[in-house]
Amino acid sequence: MANLESDFAGIKSPNPFWLASAPPTNTGYQVMNAFKAGWGGAVWKTLGQPIVNVSSRYGALAYKNNKMMGLNNIELITDRSLEINLQEMKEVKEKFPHHALIASMMFETKEEWHDCIKRCEDIGVDGFELNYGCPHGMCERGMGSAVGQNPDVCEKITSWVTEKATKPVIVKLTPNITDITKPALAAQRGGASAVSLINTINSVTGINLDTMEPNPSVAGLSTHGGYCGPAVKPIALNMVSELTKHPDFKLPISGIGGVETWQDAVEFFLMGASTVQVCTAVMHYGFKIVTDLTEGTNEYLDSHNMKSIADLRGIVANKLKKWEELDLNYKVIAHIDPEKCIGCQLCYIACEDGAHQSIALVPGNRIPVIKEDHCVGCNLCSLVCPVENCISMVKIETGKPKLLWKDHPKNPSKQASKV
Amino acid sequence: MTKILKKSNTKAEEINKFSKIKPLLSQNEAVIEASRCLFCHDAPCINACPTSIDIPMFIRQIITKNIKGSAKTILTQNILGKACGQVCPTEVLCEGACVYNEMNEKPIDIGRLQAFATDHVIKNNIRLFTKGKPTGKKVAVVGGGPAGLSCAHELTRLGHEVVVYEANSSAGGLNTYGVAPYKYTNKDSQEEVKYISEIGFEIKANNRLDTKKLSELEKKYDAIFLAVGLGKSNKLNISGENLKGVYGAAEFIHELREKEQKITVGKNIIVIGAGNTAIDAAVETSKLNADVTVVYRRTEKEQRAYFFEVDLAKQNGIKFMYLTTPLEIIGKEKVEALKCIKNKLIEKNGSKPEIEPIKGSEFIIPCEMIIAAVGQEKMTDFYKEISNLKIDNGKIVVNKDFQTSNPQYFAGGDCVNGGKEVVNAVSHGRDAARGIDKFLKG
Repeated sequence: MANLESDFAGIKSPNPFWLASAPPTNTGYQVMNAFKAGWGGAVWKTLGQPIVNVSSRYGALAYKNNKMMGLNNIELITDRSLEINLQEMKEVKEKFPHHALIASMMFETKEEWHDCIKRCEDIGVDGFELNYGCPHGMCERGMGSAVGQNPDVCEKITSWVTEKATKPVIVKLTPNITDITKPALAAQRGGASAVSLINTINSVTGINLDTMEPNPSVAGLSTHGGYCGPAVKPIALNMVSELTKHPDFKLPISGIGGVETWQDAVEFFLMGASTVQVCTAVMHYGFKIVTDLTEGTNEYLDSHNMKSIADLRGIVANKLKKWEELDLNYKVIAHIDPEKCIGCQLCYIACEDGAHQSIALVPGNRIPVIKEDHCVGCNLCSLVCPVENCISMVKIETGKPKLLWKDHPKNPSKQASKV
Repeated sequence: MTKILKKSNTKAEEINKFSKIKPLLSQNEAVIEASRCLFCHDAPCINACPTSIDIPMFIRQIITKNIKGSAKTILTQNILGKACGQVCPTEVLCEGACVYNEMNEKPIDIGRLQAFATDHVIKNNIRLFTKGKPTGKKVAVVGGGPAGLSCAHELTRLGHEVVVYEANSSAGGLNTYGVAPYKYTNKDSQEEVKYISEIGFEIKANNRLDTKKLSELEKKYDAIFLAVGLGKSNKLNISGENLKGVYGAAEFIHELREKEQKITVGKNIIVIGAGNTAIDAAVETSKLNADVTVVYRRTEKEQRAYFFEVDLAKQNGIKFMYLTTPLEIIGKEKVEALKCIKNKLIEKNGSKPEIEPIKGSEFIIPCEMIIAAVGQEKMTDFYKEISNLKIDNGKIVVNKDFQTSNPQYFAGGDCVNGGKEVVNAVSHGRDAARGIDKFLKG
């Protein structure tokens, strides 16, 4: 069995699976239940000045039978008093001294930040997470994503915190920005110990077509909310990889964004994350899912003869290159396994109407045929095929050496240099 | 309020022996099931449907909760789409062709999805089709079963004035008087007939045609569509057949449907024959608390009933006695027993094996009721009333436009194909209407 124990920028936890700062970490009751279920850490629902919340608060994107492919919320930070939160955090820490308890915070003035840091450290939190991410509500008051979107402000506020805090400081980044490396490097300059990403994405999940009200409706009106859940994972993986690959960025990363299964978690680790944080999946299925996250990750490490998450961390990030670094002479074409084919012909119509007209039908036979000399190896047929491993992409030996765009005869700059 | 979760959406008090074996889906169930559909290209289910309903499209419309659009997709091709959803042998048609079978996955529940969508427009009387611009032509439809209704509806859409002549007190044909009531009820059938006819054609019930009436029709109408179905049950041609307690399957089921199962039957019943009608009669009587035995001359391999119908019979405790030929019905006034003999089959170089009785194997089964389900007669006597009507082996001969050898007459359904499914009759009716339209606009 691999060792899943985690040391994230000095914050120790029994495993790298943490609950993200969100409704599942509203109360001590929830966090204690989560720790009992097997979660390694929890980032408490963001502490800050008093706020009130609206009703309703969540909207979701469903796809056929999948009810919450994406979830968004217009909920603000904690709506409970600092005193109650601190009291419950203290109780959690006393009962679960070896689990990671992180205080998420969002304040306006230096004094407010310092005051809260002091009080949190007094009750024994293991670290801080600075919420520079929420794209709704709080940003209108100059907090949340308003901080994360401005690297200078991000650096300044981070330095306010790090000058006071004795515990590790994680900066949580907003994805609502063109270049994620800018605020990440600002956090590093501000003295942060780590970053976590992504916070939620600006979004409107949909419109109720009966009432013609946007979701989620608050007396017929709504506001853009923060989008999360399985649908955002691809965006998060890309942003994590950008930080992992950046030569100047040195901080550990806590990966967030659509983590539901052990496969999702392992992908974040392979892309460079040291821990992952989960919210939507727990809001959908409860704390119990951590059992499979833990077992599945363990099994994956064992089957690859790896001892810990550290062996996985970031080893795939460097396989993400610029497009111009890809080999233009590499070629695959689709192959349909006639034994497995069920004759739905989704591959045919996808290729015919949606791609490169490289699949043919044979009269009297439901099994389509690949036009091998036409196939560009785009993958579409294999992606739409409902049968596992029925369509595979087979490498064709072209016998040609690796060819990059800079050397390609069609590259205009190469033609210019010839002349 | 305490709520105990139910296993199905059927209310407990509604369940009885004749409850539908394929109950209507709720919208939630329908959307979940519809979401499994792969939306195949050139879908095999469409090709397997005799009326070529665009099944993936109507299923997709269920997913998007466009139930009206879904029903229109179905009913455009098959105006009896609701009945077909519930009475079609989907296991050997659309669902049998579903590509999920190829991966040993349960096929999409197409029949029930179809019934769900069409029920919505029938229950809420949502009108999808209108009477066409009047052509001034008149067409008589003889027989208000699936072929007749389908033809009448399509002709009305095309602008012709249509009157349906129905011999029974209600239209609907097999759906009203023939199929098993745990598939389709009288109420279902009557609601459907009403919905279909409200496009604007008349149904004259209790109108069995004789020579005089037929000649009147010929004068009054520009074309006549024959959808008269089949006749009485075939005789067994053994002694004792006239005893009380011996029924033909078609007549027995007709009475059962007409009286909505409120009939009494004997305790021990023998059904002779192993086609789908035999199985229906056997299951129906078994649901009326009889002990039922099916007697068939050949084996399980040769029986004409679908495998899933035989399974249903077995689930209902029906016994099958194969390789058994009925010899004689014994009784004074009423049936008391059936005398049979065991057979063996003799293979003769590739042709259908011959039945050879085993000498001395005669035996007697006591019973109070016998139902003969060995096919139905053709309406041969009726056909004689029509001049120049070409008949082949009891079936009316038609061309590709469903026109008979007498140009004023067209025909479709069981009287043309010799007795097939409701869906085949619907297909005939619809296509015959287009043939008639072509003829009238000639």
